[in-house]
Amino acid sequence: MIAKAPKSSRETILAKIRAALPQSAPLPELEATGPWQTFEDREARFSEVLKFVGGQTVHVKTVAEADAHLRTLEPWAKGKVRCTMVPGLGDTTFDLKAINDPHQLENVDYAVLRGHFCVAENGAIWVTDDTVHHRVLYFIPQHISLVVPASQIVNNMHEAYARIRIGEHRFAGFISGPSKTADIEQSLVIGAHGARSLTVYLIDEL
Amino acid sequence: MAHPALAQAFVDNRERAQWHDKALWFVREKRDRMASSVPEWELLRETASNIKRHTQSRMAEYLEQFEANATKNGIVVHWAADAHEHNEIVLSILRRHSVKRLVKSKSMLTEECHLNPFLEEHGIDVVDSDLGERIVQLRKETPSHIVLPAIHIRKEEVGECFHEHLGTEKGASDPNYLTEAARNHLRERFCRADAGLTGVNFAIAETGGIVICTNEGNADLGVGLPKIHIACMGMEKLLPRAKDLSVFLRLLARSATGQPVTTYSSHFHGPQPGCEMHVVIVDNGRSEILKSPEFRRSLDCIRCGACMNTCPVYRRSGGHSYEATVPGPIGSILTPLQTPEKHNTLPFACTLCGSCTDVCPVKIDLHQQLFTLRELLDNKRLIGTSKKLSMKVVSGVMSRTWLFNLLGGIARASLRFMPRFLIYNPLNAWGKQRDLPDAPKQSFRQQYAERQKQKGGGKS
Ligand code: SF4
Repeated sequence: MIAKAPKSSRETILAKIRAALPQSAPLPELEATGPWQTFEDREARFSEVLKFVGGQTVHVKTVAEADAHLRTLEPWAKGKVRCTMVPGLGDTTFDLKAINDPHQLENVDYAVLRGHFCVAENGAIWVTDDTVHHRVLYFIPQHISLVVPASQIVNNMHEAYARIRIGEHRFAGFISGPSKTADIEQSLVIGAHGARSLTVYLIDEL
Repeated sequence: MAHPALAQAFVDNRERAQWHDKALWFVREKRDRMASSVPEWELLRETASNIKRHTQSRMAEYLEQFEANATKNGIVVHWAADAHEHNEIVLSILRRHSVKRLVKSKSMLTEECHLNPFLEEHGIDVVDSDLGERIVQLRKETPSHIVLPAIHIRKEEVGECFHEHLGTEKGASDPNYLTEAARNHLRERFCRADAGLTGVNFAIAETGGIVICTNEGNADLGVGLPKIHIACMGMEKLLPRAKDLSVFLRLLARSATGQPVTTYSSHFHGPQPGCEMHVVIVDNGRSEILKSPEFRRSLDCIRCGACMNTCPVYRRSGGHSYEATVPGPIGSILTPLQTPEKHNTLPFACTLCGSCTDVCPVKIDLHQQLFTLRELLDNKRLIGTSKKLSMKVVSGVMSRTWLFNLLGGIARASLRFMPRFLIYNPLNAWGKQRDLPDAPKQSFRQQYAERQKQKGGGKS
């Protein structure tokens, strides 16, 4: 089934566009364009930018070390409803598998989720829906941690898109820092609608 | 009322006009810092511009490709020739699912189509979830800026509005406190919504998906909970390939708010299990603009708002003075092209300083287009032969004294008080390519008035 709308509008619009067709212009070959920005120390750059946008990076060797660190975080310790997608890092206080309606996740205080890799230039982390039960888990908890293998940091967005297939996931995205707004007199407030804090664990042995 | 009169009204409140000017200049400076920290900034702009130019030249093919791939992904694609059809399509989807409560994230397209009042007339409860948009919605206003919808509102006024509608403490004006109140209020709305509606930042032909960028996370909460997601896009949002996003995501947030990237850049390629996802592709005059070699590049706009933040007229006259969904330099092109009768004064709300063209991430030749548009309006090619209309154009030019007076005053003050680097900053409109003379302390007009006064004869 293509469009539910009257076929005619589709045809009219496409015909109008075809009639207007501007002169053809080549599509830039991005691989041959550049050079794009790179960094000597990608992790240092990533941490610096993430801090600038309100998040924090913690580099540890093992999952156990990350777990010990997480337990020192106040939002985690105070959170009553918690869940984790990384065995051994934090805990899950409810039966995640029993949840079939994302609304039931409304009260999650803390979620530990997986990220695939980090982008040094802008402090972003690539996440996909196959690592969570409901995509809203990236957005609805009061606080989140993203867990990424420490070796997985690319320089820039061009390298990032070279390694992902966005069409393979119904939902995927870059997350850079906690949710924020400056809509009241340009004053930056952290914690608009999504997470109030973001801690990124870079783990050597993951 | 035309732009000159509305602008006059805005500058009459001097304190507010100056504050507005400063708030936007602050955003503009953040953008400059970000742009200058990326060594290949100009190359990125050039590449983005070339990608857009290519996309335009094969727009029909790419739209068909997008439709085919989106359909494969389980997305239902709709086509709307104009605003009315767009609104009807959205309403019919909502009706089919008996939707009572709709949560929206920011979409300038739905503002352009006046979707909210249309849906409300048909009994649907519509909640705008972007904080700035919620503020203007509660105040029964429209956004005055495409990225910063409530930039014209003081925090005390937000406090009053929230006191009335959300029950916050009287007199409270702390942005942290007010944002927290809005968070709680909107969480409840997110959870109760039957459907979520969003705009589209980019649509990818190759993969049949869309990308939505926000800082608040409101789009993701809005569509992540209910079973229906409707995304509305102007047909020009299209990009050919997934990797083209790398260029545009690097430019968008840096140009818009001076951030390295938006907090959330979400890629949607199909509904959640058991849910529905719809994309409405809208023309509404765009194919007409595409016909015109002089103006078609205005369709490349990615709605970053940088041209507004830098525009000396926008900053000092306020977004509402344009009476247009998209104000500022780009709005002064797009709006008169769509409704020349109503908006014929807009191309004249411009000093031709060229600062907009300098900052535009997709290199639209904004000030040149504005200049061309003026000539067209003067020659009446665009507005037909109606005498009444051409008179309006003349009055638009003649009644710009507010602008000349104001801008003259600002330029003189700047020359005297601004540090040299600010004046000669390559991005500063006032210093650009010009060796500036020493500024007279008084304008000719002031000097004249002064002299008349000293003579004891004239009125000042
Ligand atoms: S015209 Fe250019 S600068 Fe203005 S909003 Fe559009 S993309 Fe941004």
